[in-house]
Amino acid sequence: MPEKTFTPSRVLIYLVVSLIAAAYLVPLLVVVLNSLRTAEEIAQTSMIGWPRQWAWGNYAVAWGDFCIAQTCAGIRPYMLNSALVAIPATIISTLLGSVAGYAVSLWRFPGDRWIYGVVTLGIFLPQQMRLLPWTIVLRDLSLTNTLTGLVMIHTIQGLSFTTLFCRNYYIAIPPELMRAARIDGAGFYRIFWRIVLPLSPPILIVTVIWQFTHIWNEFLYGVTFTTGQQQPITAALIALSASVADIPQHGVQSAAVMMAALPTLLVYLFGGRYFVRGLTAGAVK
Amino acid sequence: MPAAAQTGQRRVAVDVLRRLPEFLTIWVPLLLCAGHLIAFALWTIWVSFTPSTLVPVAGFVGLRNYTAMMATRNWQIAFDNLLLFGSGFVLLSVLTGLGLAILLDQRIRGETVLRSIFLYPLAVSFVVTGTVWSWLLNPGIGIQKLVNGLGWTSFRFDWLIDRDMAIWTIVIAAVWQSSGFAMALFLAGLRSVDADLIKAAQIDGAGPIRMYRRVILPTLWPITVTVVVIQLQFAITTFDLVRALTGGGPGIATQLPALVVYDFMFQRGLLARGAAAAVLMLLILLAVLLPYAAWRYLQRRQSAHA
Amino acid sequence: MSALTVHDLHKRFGAVEVLKGINLEMNSGEFTVLVGPSGCGKSTLLNIIAGLERQSSGSIQIGGRVVDDVPPKDRDIAMVFQSYALYPSMTVRQNITFGMECRNVPRAKRDEAVGRVAKLLQIDALLERKPSQLSGGQRQRVAMGRALVRDPLLFLFDEPLSNLDAQLRVEMRLEIKQLHQRLGSTIVYVTHDQIEAMTLANRIAVMRQGVVQQFADPETVYNRPANLFVARFMGAPPMNTLAARLEASSGGAVAVIGQGEAAIRLPVPAGSEGWVGREVVLGIRPECIAEPTRHFGDAPDAALIIAARVDMIEPTGAETIVVLRFGDDRALGRVSPDLRYRLGETAQFAVDTRKIILFDSASGDRIA
Repeated sequence: MPEKTFTPSRVLIYLVVSLIAAAYLVPLLVVVLNSLRTAEEIAQTSMIGWPRQWAWGNYAVAWGDFCIAQTCAGIRPYMLNSALVAIPATIISTLLGSVAGYAVSLWRFPGDRWIYGVVTLGIFLPQQMRLLPWTIVLRDLSLTNTLTGLVMIHTIQGLSFTTLFCRNYYIAIPPELMRAARIDGAGFYRIFWRIVLPLSPPILIVTVIWQFTHIWNEFLYGVTFTTGQQQPITAALIALSASVADIPQHGVQSAAVMMAALPTLLVYLFGGRYFVRGLTAGAVK
Repeated sequence: MPAAAQTGQRRVAVDVLRRLPEFLTIWVPLLLCAGHLIAFALWTIWVSFTPSTLVPVAGFVGLRNYTAMMATRNWQIAFDNLLLFGSGFVLLSVLTGLGLAILLDQRIRGETVLRSIFLYPLAVSFVVTGTVWSWLLNPGIGIQKLVNGLGWTSFRFDWLIDRDMAIWTIVIAAVWQSSGFAMALFLAGLRSVDADLIKAAQIDGAGPIRMYRRVILPTLWPITVTVVVIQLQFAITTFDLVRALTGGGPGIATQLPALVVYDFMFQRGLLARGAAAAVLMLLILLAVLLPYAAWRYLQRRQSAHA
Repeated sequence: MSALTVHDLHKRFGAVEVLKGINLEMNSGEFTVLVGPSGCGKSTLLNIIAGLERQSSGSIQIGGRVVDDVPPKDRDIAMVFQSYALYPSMTVRQNITFGMECRNVPRAKRDEAVGRVAKLLQIDALLERKPSQLSGGQRQRVAMGRALVRDPLLFLFDEPLSNLDAQLRVEMRLEIKQLHQRLGSTIVYVTHDQIEAMTLANRIAVMRQGVVQQFADPETVYNRPANLFVARFMGAPPMNTLAARLEASSGGAVAVIGQGEAAIRLPVPAGSEGWVGREVVLGIRPECIAEPTRHFGDAPDAALIIAARVDMIEPTGAETIVVLRFGDDRALGRVSPDLRYRLGETAQFAVDTRKIILFDSASGDRIA
């Protein structure tokens, strides 16, 4: 319940907090405003300023016409790539993670603690240790430079997080529920489908938010395992910056950045406390 | 009684067959994940001991790749940068996160909105963060230009192109992005302090500063350690942000281990050297994680002592 | 001089009034227990006395001094919490001396005070340990030590034994009682356990929904409860409360429970004649319904023999609880463990007529 007094120390607190909040908002504001300014204006008056003319066209150019590397089709193909990777990988890794989490925490089987321990080690193993082997695997499966390859990588690696999240959620379910179900004669799948899954929406939301954000924002694998037209938006943004190094087009670039960041920002805005739960859940390693 | 034994065997076989789908559903994904972790890690370690260049080849060259890698200027600069960046980033993000959490703990209006503001950077890709901050910190079009334009023409903020200061631009961007995480964890910790503890301290006569210093903050110690470890892990493996913000430059002034790995593996075609750099990264990470795991283990033993 | 005076205290949380006009006065050296079901306002009252919350209206005096605007640390009080509230990062010694540190008491005096209190509570061996290394009972003693070392005018206990297991609770209850007798301190003790209230208190304040129902010594609260709520709350198993009709009869008024031949007729206390012909509630405690050979006290005609049907038998080892049919109602009795009954049989029981109480069925207040 907020306090209602206004002593000098509280005024100071409000002041400090507002200043810091403003500092946090400045980059976002800069991008939004610049996406509506022309390149000449920005070159003249710096990145931080109010648009003199409203260059709405920047968005259209960034989306469909802008030239990145050799192709001039805007960021649309790359956004599509990111979506085609992030959405399937999120769904599959979340589903597999919830089954795995359930198997490890509620169903139990010989060796479950060991396998769970190794799977969660994946949270710590640096990406760099996996780059080379993945290139070999992708090559052997003829998946080099394909979106399917990226989906596979993100799914298998995502299992570490999704299993961790779901398992930590499921261990709070009373084991008596399992015992009653088994006495009733329910097996592995029926228990999952009828008892565990209906209890899962909160953690599934958290997991989906986490995975989607993580995969959409991911860069290293995108830039290593795909090139050219197959790249996700994060890699495309870097290529964009490189292409325009000589003739800066900051207005259009800002529009591109804005559109690239929009999906995960929207997920964040609508996900609210589920996003935060993912943060704290990830910290409970 | 061979007949009975046969039916017994058949029953077991039927049972195994019936449970096969369940067995596969459990083990296949878990084994794929666990297996790939172990196999990939071991394989990369193996490559680091081979003379591989453009493609992996067999052979054993001892520690040659490691010594060669550690002798390169790239690695040395990257390592020094890691120490600077790691300590600067972790310290600043912990302090900022803690400060923000304490401020938000004062029951102010609009707390939810403020929390959303401090956390939104976490929703955004490091590439986006790096790109935007590269514009802001660019002396030609960023903050320096703005301030110069406002009249203060001698203002300089060109760390981005300054060989010695560039690493701090990465610290700034990283702190901006990640303090919200520290803040979220600290705030949860502050809110979970036993209300009776605060009452007891009020009766004991503790003023607000003493209350925070002696009663509230000490209970945050475990969370602080967790935050530090997670932020260190991020600092050690950071790649996206640097690529987007400075590209490793000016020159190689902001090289970090992750960039060195990528550089040697994929741009110079020196797979074994790159693998050695990756293993070195892993060792640095373990140097942080293993003491932490040991500390957690000792803590658990000690509190089970009642 | 009164140690604590609560005058017409009200507390509102928004639209909800949690304390509705509390008036209490406690003398120095008294052990007062605030007891009641959860939600009755007893913890809120304690917090207001401590100064941790502010009342909406009304006033508090501690040691004759009005303390409404005085912060907790200056009210000369000490508090022991249900969750002990020991500072986890400090040693036992530091926990006890933290208040003195805040008041800048010199180290020598702090050490002397700690030593004194540690000996009293037998925790000297634990002084350098941290709370996480102590058992529940040890933690509770440290919490009491922290309170004792302040040497306050008033000790406030907020359900201190609720977190302990049953056996430990009995031990600690005894220790608290012994401490009170040794030190003669003034104590306000909040609990929901009426046994603690009965065994510890000099006076009990029974609270319900923000109102003090009765404020008297245990014997009075137990044997002459002010209303039905107090009667049912204190005592386990609870007092039998039976609907009855008052009828006139030759020897005075008589309470009739049930109809017809199986009706039970019990004498009523003097002073209830004005209620003849009305519906009342008759209260009689289970220990006042016993085997027919029981003698109640010294009065030879205290016992009235009645016949009732035995519906259920619950042997507890020390005695047997019988569930009897009184008219349409049930009544519990406590009989000697040696007697045997058959379910459904009608048997004879002795009723202690000295302990019969009548209540107004509409208001719940005691009539006689």
